Amino acid sequence: MGRDRRDEPIDPPAPGAAATGGETDYAVFSSLIEDNAEDLYENAPCGYLSTLLDGRIAKINKTLLNWLGYSRDELVGRRSFSDLLNVGGKLYYETHLAPLLSMQGEVGGVALELQAADGTRLPVLVTSAVKTDDAGEPILIRTTIFDARDRRAYERELLRAREEGDRERARLQDLVATLQRSLLPPVLPVVPGLDAAAYYYAASPDELGGDFYDLFPLSGLSWGLFLGDVCGKGARAAALTSLIRYTLRTAAVYDGDPATVLRTLNTALHEQYLNDDRSFCTVIFGVLRPDGDGFTMTLARGGHAAPLLMRADGSADYLPMPLGPLIGAWADVVFTTTTIRLNPADTLLLFTDGLTEARAPATEARAPTTDPSGRYGDEALRAFARELAPSTAAAAVTAIISLLDSLGEGRQDDTAVLALGARTADNPMPSA
Amino acid sequence: MGETRIGGRNNVLFTGREDKPVMMLANGFGCDQNMWRLVAPALAADFRIVLFDHVGSGRAEPSAWKPERYATLNGYTDDILRICHELDLNDVVFVGHSVSAMMGVLAAIAEPERFSKLILIGPSPRYIDDAGYRGGFSASDIDELLESLESNYLGWSAAMAPVIMGNPDRPELGEELANSFCRTDPQAARVFARTTFLSDNRTDLARVTVPTLILQCSSDVIAPLEVGAYVHARIPASTLVTLPATGHCPHLSAPAATVAAIRAFAVDDGP
Repeated sequence: MGRDRRDEPIDPPAPGAAATGGETDYAVFSSLIEDNAEDLYENAPCGYLSTLLDGRIAKINKTLLNWLGYSRDELVGRRSFSDLLNVGGKLYYETHLAPLLSMQGEVGGVALELQAADGTRLPVLVTSAVKTDDAGEPILIRTTIFDARDRRAYERELLRAREEGDRERARLQDLVATLQRSLLPPVLPVVPGLDAAAYYYAASPDELGGDFYDLFPLSGLSWGLFLGDVCGKGARAAALTSLIRYTLRTAAVYDGDPATVLRTLNTALHEQYLNDDRSFCTVIFGVLRPDGDGFTMTLARGGHAAPLLMRADGSADYLPMPLGPLIGAWADVVFTTTTIRLNPADTLLLFTDGLTEARAPATEARAPTTDPSGRYGDEALRAFARELAPSTAAAAVTAIISLLDSLGEGRQDDTAVLALGARTADNPMPSA
Repeated sequence: MGETRIGGRNNVLFTGREDKPVMMLANGFGCDQNMWRLVAPALAADFRIVLFDHVGSGRAEPSAWKPERYATLNGYTDDILRICHELDLNDVVFVGHSVSAMMGVLAAIAEPERFSKLILIGPSPRYIDDAGYRGGFSASDIDELLESLESNYLGWSAAMAPVIMGNPDRPELGEELANSFCRTDPQAARVFARTTFLSDNRTDLARVTVPTLILQCSSDVIAPLEVGAYVHARIPASTLVTLPATGHCPHLSAPAATVAAIRAFAVDDGP
């Protein structure tokens, strides 16, 4: 471009205006710009279509005629836009596009398929706008149509990927649910005279939880039980849970003293802990022996929350027992046992911290939290148990389930609950 | 003559005159109660107008949508009757467009005493052809429609859905978005499309005892003239009016003629 025209506008000069020099450059430039609106309309890189309000085609450009393989005479005044759509597209047009055009005057980016004269289908993206006259009355609908073959192929790929993602997620959830079940007793065994109930809440269908419990027969007339929580979640936590379960069960058969069982578990976990410092857990382990009309229960715990004891007389409190060290973190540890008697209608409630650490709703009157962090908290649970006592195991678990439900979004972690009570004459049958 | 937004699961809106007979306007598959915007103001002078959105569309309560409940027209019909019960609507003139016409038929069979008149706009008791019956569509046509739904979300976005659907009191949240009148959860739209186009209510027509007006367009792909004639022949006390209009929505394409026909039947004709 000539130096003398550097600051001139690039529009062509008005007809008759004197050329100021550099004519040769300008002629080249002018020949490059669009100066023929008709040609721009007919041969635009998109289809143009104007339809009357009754749908009949009033004007159509060459590009669209070429795409469709129709002559102008075959379409103008004879066919309507919806005649060019497949039947599903017609239905969609009548139920969505036509109403939207009436209501908002334009509609854009709609995916449709046009049917060409030879029957082939052309995926397109359509944008339509209503043209009104000076009085604001609609007179026709203008539509631009873009070839969307590549775009639709890409969208189909996205759709396929999403469907595959959905399938994989379903597969994962199925796997997680199956594995989770394998880490918990399918049903609690029936122990003569014992009223037992349990509940497990998995916070996520996509991830294995780290809470566990069990109730199982030992030699003679005694029964072992445990409930605990491993560090973390997912596959690693599940593998650790599996190790803990069989270690506890095996150790209990070998020596039924809860302090010894926990010591054995600590030894097994500590070996792992040296390689992976997440290999620790909290657990409470107990042995039950029938004793007259009730049970004698010997318990020990390592780093786990004390259970709640609800007595037949309506009193309830946390069972005073030594906390004991976290299991797996240290080489040489000592645990202390506590022995209690479960009289008829007494119920002991073991639980994991998913319950007490659930976020309490601020307005929930039933959950007065003493915890400054906004957790449900130990005090709230104690108050809850005092209101509940005396209770059967099944009723206690049902009440805990409603409590968790009432916390709604606040329950963020897995929760395991195991309730054990001595049956009374009124409640002689095993709970369902 | 103000508007009262009752909201609730069906996002009910009252408009028109409180001292006038109740007229319930029910839109069909596709969009929401805005479909009546060109006729409701004219009808508001003579009626207590009740507008609502079907569950799964418009601003109905999203959590109320259950695929099994809305897999048949009965779920939608129950909602219509429930609105009538909860708001104590009686002697209702029910105006149903498209698939909602058949919901009106079912509702008027279930509780004939509740409805004074039925006005069916572009009704079809069955869309798919059958032996000796021409509904206008084949089963594969309906699959094509489902494909169209699959590739068009029309202003729907899963991320925005809770904001725009759950706030009937703050319509500005949604109205800014284009195409919001036809915004539907794609999953709900698929179920509604199936429910609509796979329904067969031919045998129900003869059981209608309420005086009925059938209002059809002279050129309608979805409800062709012969389907209108079929409905007219089977509903005992029915009148057929054909409007010179193109398309499936005369209340949008020919609102004045639609209002005139509705008013003539609902006001002037005695029951």
